[in-house]
Amino acid sequence: MSAHVEEHGHDDHGHHHKETFITKYIFSQDHKMIAKQYLITGLIMGIIGVLMSIMMRIQIAWPEEPNVLFELFLGKWAPEGVMSADIYLALVTIHGTIMVFFVLTAGLSGTFSNLLIPLQIGARDMASGFLNMVSYWLFFLSSVIMVCSFFVEAGPAAAGWTIYPPLSALPMAQGGSGLGMTMWLVAMAIFIASSLLGSLNYIVTVINLRTKGMSMTRLPLTIWAFFVTAIIGVVSFPVLLSAALLLIMDRSFGTSFFLSDIFIQGEVLHYQGGSPVLFEHLFWFLGHPEVYIVILPAMGLVSEIMATNSRKPIFGYRAMIASILAIAFLSTIVWGHHMFISGMNPFLGSVFTFTTLLIAIPSAVKAFNWITTIWKGNIQMNPAMLFSIGFVSTFITGGLTGIILGDSALDINVHDTYFVIAHFHLVMGISALYGMIAGIYHWYPKMFGRMLNKNLGYIHFWVTAICAYGVFFPMHFIGMAGLPRRYYTNSSFPLFDDLANVNVVITVFAVVGSIFQIVFIYNFFHSMFYGKKAEQNPWRSTTLEWTTPVEHIHGNWPGAIPHVYRWSYDYSKPGHDEDFVPQNIPLKEGEEELQH
Amino acid sequence: MTTFLSILVLVFIFVAIWQMVKIFDLTQAGRATENNQVANDNDNRINGYLMIGFLIFIYVITIVCFVKWGDLPLMSNSASEHGPGIDNLMIISMIVIFFVQTITQFLLHYFAYKYKGEKGKKALFYADNNKLEAIWTIIPVIVLAGLIIQGLFTWTSIMNIDEDADPMVIELYAQQFNWKARYSGPDNALGKANVRLIDINRANELGVDESDPNAQDDVIVQELHLVVGQPVVIKMRSQDVLHSAYMPHFRAQMNCVPGMITQFGFTPTVTTAEMRETPEMKEKVANINKIRTEKSKALIAEGKDGLEPYEFDYLLLCNKICGTSHYNMQMKIIVETQEEYDEWMSQQKLFVDSLVKN
Repeated sequence: MSAHVEEHGHDDHGHHHKETFITKYIFSQDHKMIAKQYLITGLIMGIIGVLMSIMMRIQIAWPEEPNVLFELFLGKWAPEGVMSADIYLALVTIHGTIMVFFVLTAGLSGTFSNLLIPLQIGARDMASGFLNMVSYWLFFLSSVIMVCSFFVEAGPAAAGWTIYPPLSALPMAQGGSGLGMTMWLVAMAIFIASSLLGSLNYIVTVINLRTKGMSMTRLPLTIWAFFVTAIIGVVSFPVLLSAALLLIMDRSFGTSFFLSDIFIQGEVLHYQGGSPVLFEHLFWFLGHPEVYIVILPAMGLVSEIMATNSRKPIFGYRAMIASILAIAFLSTIVWGHHMFISGMNPFLGSVFTFTTLLIAIPSAVKAFNWITTIWKGNIQMNPAMLFSIGFVSTFITGGLTGIILGDSALDINVHDTYFVIAHFHLVMGISALYGMIAGIYHWYPKMFGRMLNKNLGYIHFWVTAICAYGVFFPMHFIGMAGLPRRYYTNSSFPLFDDLANVNVVITVFAVVGSIFQIVFIYNFFHSMFYGKKAEQNPWRSTTLEWTTPVEHIHGNWPGAIPHVYRWSYDYSKPGHDEDFVPQNIPLKEGEEELQH
Repeated sequence: MTTFLSILVLVFIFVAIWQMVKIFDLTQAGRATENNQVANDNDNRINGYLMIGFLIFIYVITIVCFVKWGDLPLMSNSASEHGPGIDNLMIISMIVIFFVQTITQFLLHYFAYKYKGEKGKKALFYADNNKLEAIWTIIPVIVLAGLIIQGLFTWTSIMNIDEDADPMVIELYAQQFNWKARYSGPDNALGKANVRLIDINRANELGVDESDPNAQDDVIVQELHLVVGQPVVIKMRSQDVLHSAYMPHFRAQMNCVPGMITQFGFTPTVTTAEMRETPEMKEKVANINKIRTEKSKALIAEGKDGLEPYEFDYLLLCNKICGTSHYNMQMKIIVETQEEYDEWMSQQKLFVDSLVKN
């Protein structure tokens, strides 16, 4: 397909200066290398996060029984191999934090925004390569601090990933609220700085560096998703930073932003006038947009992969953009649905119920548009496509139960039960992971110049898909039976004894599903060196990244940057021999660009 | 030794998978002539069929879950006046969800199977249809409008406490890791309280203001007793961290927040004794006791104590992460007739009498 690239073989763009190992692989300012750094760091954090969830699941299924895994990984926190209640809460906390922020925000958005924004809009690199590098290294630093908090004497943060004060503010309330919580807050503050630098870079790049002809309505949906995600991040992450800073003040400098009237361990504390509810507002002002920061990039990747592999244009391109924008807007005014029973005014609860259920509308539009995209397609069942179909499936299953949780009256009884766990793991956890994995399968040739083994990909998908439903589908039912989340064991409540066998089933699916991720990890690292060499455009895609050479070069295109003449979804367009027309091919005489 | 063994086991698992992968690769190499890792017609066909298989799997797991665990104990046995309202809304929402889920999953997986790729086939160039998109925007709008309206009516009627019904005022007091209740006595008004007034030496554990006239007839207890049919407003306080008072059978939950008083009002409709006698509850308890007897046998065989047989009681659970023993922060709730309640109350000590005199 290289024929489509304007060849200016001897064009001198000055990107042949000598590189050392350090500038190429470590302190690189090249967006493609930074993307790979994000991805590999994200994968390592993902492995840690999944391992934690496995230990939690084993504890829930066989409470207070010794296990070699605990002995191996938890050390003094599992005397004689029995997990302690404190470390269970710490696992809950760090698993949530790592998966939401380090894997599904940095690992997903960081990887694919960095890789695809310059390549798909036709830019030589990000607007600021230096800030991009700083952004990655801040993320790396923050990951290291977060992981290191496990080696603190009193244990890592254990107040849940939502770190509600006073539990998180008072070291005497639990061991994890000492140095462990300080490290959590510091790690998150650095993470937010990293995320903001990244987001600003993405926004500026998309606005300013599009190649000639690349109007906003010719952008692939991936770029739209990354662009809007970055905007949500810039709007909401600073609020979490302020919440974290105020919490640090309460913890260390005796202020009372979130604390009032506290008697603990035999003494009255001096705090007066603050409110934990204020913290909840600040936290969820980021916390809820955060789930869209996680899911929108996955939606973008899936839209792109579905169109390419169905050999059809994405259905309703403009509606897809409109729904991304609608979701982004609504996402900033729904945070209160996490707080229906927090003690805030019930009238406010009504307002948040209304705005929350509205989000179902753009979400439904997206789901139906994806389904229509594959209708009458010529579907190429590449592993990336399977994960994209899996994404739509889990997004629907998980999204639908949002209708229950977003309804304040119904939330009263399922709030903080396993029903919630099932809901958000399906709709943002599993879905976003599917989106991320689909992206890896699809753009692996672009990143590493080699192909992933497709048969391992098939095994990976089908086992994962079955296990994901096996884990989270029954979980709705134990939630509807009233089982609260974050319980170290359920044995204190005979009422729940008949749910114990369900928990065993869930754990078995979780363990099997996790073990099969080894297939993926193996495929990922093995193919990096021994995979089949990739062609320039293996999936026969229309977007610009496939017009760059397989071997990475600085500046992306050896010659001039290609111009763009059409939107990114001219698949199976009548009047063309091939079933795809890349964006850099001029319109034929008399050919009209689709009035999408 | 166990550490060494477990590392060994992990290594073996890795080696086993690696071997399997090798074998897999080798069989591939022998078979495929065009080994290019892009899906071919054969892959499309196999995965297309698997899509149908997966659709069936989704339906089967749905049916199995509903049959095995779908008696939904929290959707049919509410014990409060507003409970059936929530349960109805829940059932309506579940029906909507079930309907949409069944259809969309069918379309998604069936299309994936039906339109699986073949060499030489060309997809339909079909980029837009405003009418279709309008339809699937408007239908969710209508359905959601219905759900929102009914949801808001239900919510408002639950959260608006009817003062005319003269509800009994009870304070629920949360601390790491137990609950206490303070009854307001004949005047139905709670005495003022603040954690700064807590005096452990004088057994004033809730920080009640001794000089407040309203506090004189207050009664502090460890069990929550409610009168059937009598509306109650539970005022909640916490002395240390956030807790959440979750009373699943009454469809009631509210956070307890240090520094402020939150409240939840409801009317219990079924006494503990009546609930124990319902056929569903009898079946559930029998089932639980069967499980507990099995467990007891195993425990006794190990030389430990067996488990007590289970008898149903309403429960108050902590449902907001609050520290080490969060998983065991509970309180028994007893719903009884007025006479039973009066008798129980007459045996309780007044707050002022429970103080240690100097």
